[in-house]
Amino acid sequence: MPKYTLNINGKPTPIEADDKMPLLWVIRDIVGLTGTKFGCGIAQCGACTVLLNGNPIRSCSVPASAVTNQPITTIEGLSPDNSHPVQKAWIAEQVPQCGYCQSGQILAAAALLNKNPHPNDRDIDMAMQGNICRCGCYPRIRKAIKTASASLKPAATLK
Amino acid sequence: MQPRVLAKSRRQFIRETGLTGIALVLGAYLPGCNTGSAPKVINASGALPQAFELMTWISIDKTGKVTILNHRAEMGQGSWQVVPQMIAEELEVAMDQINIVFAPGNQKKYGSQITGGSSTVRGSYKHLLHIGASAREMLAEAAATKWNVDQKDCYAENGHIFHKPSGRSFSYGDLVEAAAKLQPPKDIQLKPRKNYKLVGKPLPRQDTPLKTNGTAIFGIDKRIPGMLYAVVERSPRIRGKVKSFDDTQTKTIPGIRHVILVKRTVFDNMFEGVAVVADNLWAAMQGRKLLKVEWDDTGFEHLSTEQLFARMHEDLKKPGLNDRTGGNFERAFQNASTKIEAVYEAPYQAHACMEPLNCIADVKDDSITIWGPIQGPDWIQSDLSQRMGVPLDKVTVNMTFLGGGFGRKAFLDYPHEAAVISKAIKAPVQVVWTREDDLTQGPFRPGAAYACKAGLSKEGHVEAFQTKTATQNMGLQNPGADLHSYNGDTLDGFCKPYYDSFSNYSFADIPTVSPIPVMWWRSVYASTNGFAYESFIDEMAHAAGKDPLEFRRQHLDNDRYQALIDQLSILTNWKNRGKNEGWGVAITECFNSIVGEVVKVSRNADGKIKVDKVIALMDCGWYVNPDIIRQQVEGSIVMALGAATKHDTRFKDGMAVQKNFDTYNMPRIHEIPEIEVHIVDNDEKAGGVGEPGLPPLAPALCNAIFDLTSKRIRKLPFNLDEI
Repeated sequence: MPKYTLNINGKPTPIEADDKMPLLWVIRDIVGLTGTKFGCGIAQCGACTVLLNGNPIRSCSVPASAVTNQPITTIEGLSPDNSHPVQKAWIAEQVPQCGYCQSGQILAAAALLNKNPHPNDRDIDMAMQGNICRCGCYPRIRKAIKTASASLKPAATLK
Repeated sequence: MQPRVLAKSRRQFIRETGLTGIALVLGAYLPGCNTGSAPKVINASGALPQAFELMTWISIDKTGKVTILNHRAEMGQGSWQVVPQMIAEELEVAMDQINIVFAPGNQKKYGSQITGGSSTVRGSYKHLLHIGASAREMLAEAAATKWNVDQKDCYAENGHIFHKPSGRSFSYGDLVEAAAKLQPPKDIQLKPRKNYKLVGKPLPRQDTPLKTNGTAIFGIDKRIPGMLYAVVERSPRIRGKVKSFDDTQTKTIPGIRHVILVKRTVFDNMFEGVAVVADNLWAAMQGRKLLKVEWDDTGFEHLSTEQLFARMHEDLKKPGLNDRTGGNFERAFQNASTKIEAVYEAPYQAHACMEPLNCIADVKDDSITIWGPIQGPDWIQSDLSQRMGVPLDKVTVNMTFLGGGFGRKAFLDYPHEAAVISKAIKAPVQVVWTREDDLTQGPFRPGAAYACKAGLSKEGHVEAFQTKTATQNMGLQNPGADLHSYNGDTLDGFCKPYYDSFSNYSFADIPTVSPIPVMWWRSVYASTNGFAYESFIDEMAHAAGKDPLEFRRQHLDNDRYQALIDQLSILTNWKNRGKNEGWGVAITECFNSIVGEVVKVSRNADGKIKVDKVIALMDCGWYVNPDIIRQQVEGSIVMALGAATKHDTRFKDGMAVQKNFDTYNMPRIHEIPEIEVHIVDNDEKAGGVGEPGLPPLAPALCNAIFDLTSKRIRKLPFNLDEI
């Protein structure tokens, strides 16, 4: 079995797994972080979204062995105590219903605000349309992104 | 969601204990009927090792920490918040003072736990308020005894009992051991609504913080020691049997442990597959890809969507089963001055919960333990006990959070399949369905065709009204079902006061026969009925030359409906809208709630139709948490919009065509209109919340499109870009 090291949530994490094993399953079943979800397996729904170098990627469709030693952020790494401005906004606007897609939604929103702290509706549409929510939380997702944006100082960027 | 899809003995059981489950629970638990039990130290899922159970649902430890059980599934609809919110109201504790823990399946103890039919609040609110109030009074009695004072001078507030004259107080933790030895009081005074501190308030959900940092444990996230993982290769044709399989290649994958034939029960059929069990899920999935299975596809029809709907249209020519009639439809129709007829179609749909089906089973010689995203833990407990021959009290069904349910996770097949695999391999196993399994195997929402006829008087009043419904009857899939019983659920969604004003009416149901398994899908039959009924009401209004909202007002002679129409008219500024500006309205009744929705559409510069806004007004009577109601109606609107304009499940040669989200196109954020949700305040009994917002959206949308374009849409789904 090939061995390699992933940098997950700031921690070098040694992995021993099949070369082709997707990052999603490595994160969930080997590293044991279950906040990242399986939704479709073909990069269509965004439930498995994590950040790679700050950019949202679909971890179900990326072999873990292809992203060694690059910073990967999962929902657990965004902040475990809900202190990130996007998590705070998600709670303030009571976004989640079933909650299954929300790790992916929150990471996609965090990546958007990191690049563009004050997105307009079109920016939100572009950044968020890869993430499906079957419960239909979309109006609140939009609102929460604006709430998080408003909480940022003009020049601030998100970690 | 009437639980009629169960086998007869179970149907009977559920009828007695299900949505009207209060009677059963009252008998066992309500004050006055309780025989009183010795104080019991409980261990609520490990949360509270030294807590005393005070009443069912409530335990308190000596530090005063209160644990409240949620006996219903949490699939997004908010039971995790509203069940404790109701109990805490009468118990006089704040929400931040309580732990919330899922109750395992136990119908004797909790009554019906099936989370369907939007029944959590409407099915148990009075009972849960009584439970909270009884516990509060027992604590007060314990305090009065300790102080040797009159209990009338004691009151509860914020987790304490106070003695009014002296100002002394005890925390609940100081009292619980003594209180737990007391009998629940006989006469309980529930608070008047105006004194509520929690109920009726838009309190934030207690599960939200767990869902924003990845700590909420869904079924798919649960792990138990020694657990293996399985996926099942399933027949592309839904009822195919395994003729043979070759696992030579599969077994070359490291980590594969077992490859076995597995059967799961779908109504009275055994659906077959080949399970690949491995040390991890990825290995199991890889092994499945290398499996070679030969299927026996004989003995059942291989239908296409075109054939299914052709069959429904043939069925509409038959008289059908008819047991809801009033007056004389045929005579009134002949005499009517205006006659109209229309035929509507709504498609098959998959549930497509974001969390694919999954279940953990640990079957031992004398016990079964289940963990999973399950809508009815009590049903699973009873079903597995019967099927696997294990005593009921040796079957433990534990709930996790559900990543969506919508009716699919109320079905019994996937826990049964996990149990069968666990028993065969003699180890705990988690079975995970892929998205392809989830979208292609059903059970699906049945497609439906409706033939509607009406006759109007010169004054534009409905004198004759007829609907025939051809659809698969979910109940007829059960062994021993009566094929001649009328399916009253084909009336769901219809506003009841119409029966009084449509003097001559007739409803017929023709159960279409097909091998496709069908099952409840959010709002069940109302999800398709509402489209036909409320589109046709609009067609009648147009034929009568009347304003569609006024036409409804004239035919809904009922105070509650009149109030809803008044409020909807004001909220939407209905009277001041311009002619043919793209406004549509629909009103449906579902699970004891009435919802009116108004949709506004326009045409973009590029010629495409855009849904600008939806204004919804929900009358669910007595309610617990208005923000959860808003969430549920918003979500119902989005789900209905998807089912009307984005996706359906089609069949070709007996196989589902849409296998994943690349072809089953879900609505996405850029396609969502502005949504405004309002709630009626009245003194009616509690109605459903999770589903009733869904049925009016499709007809209101199609009625709006008619208003803008004069084009009547009678078949779902349709493409907004092609109108």
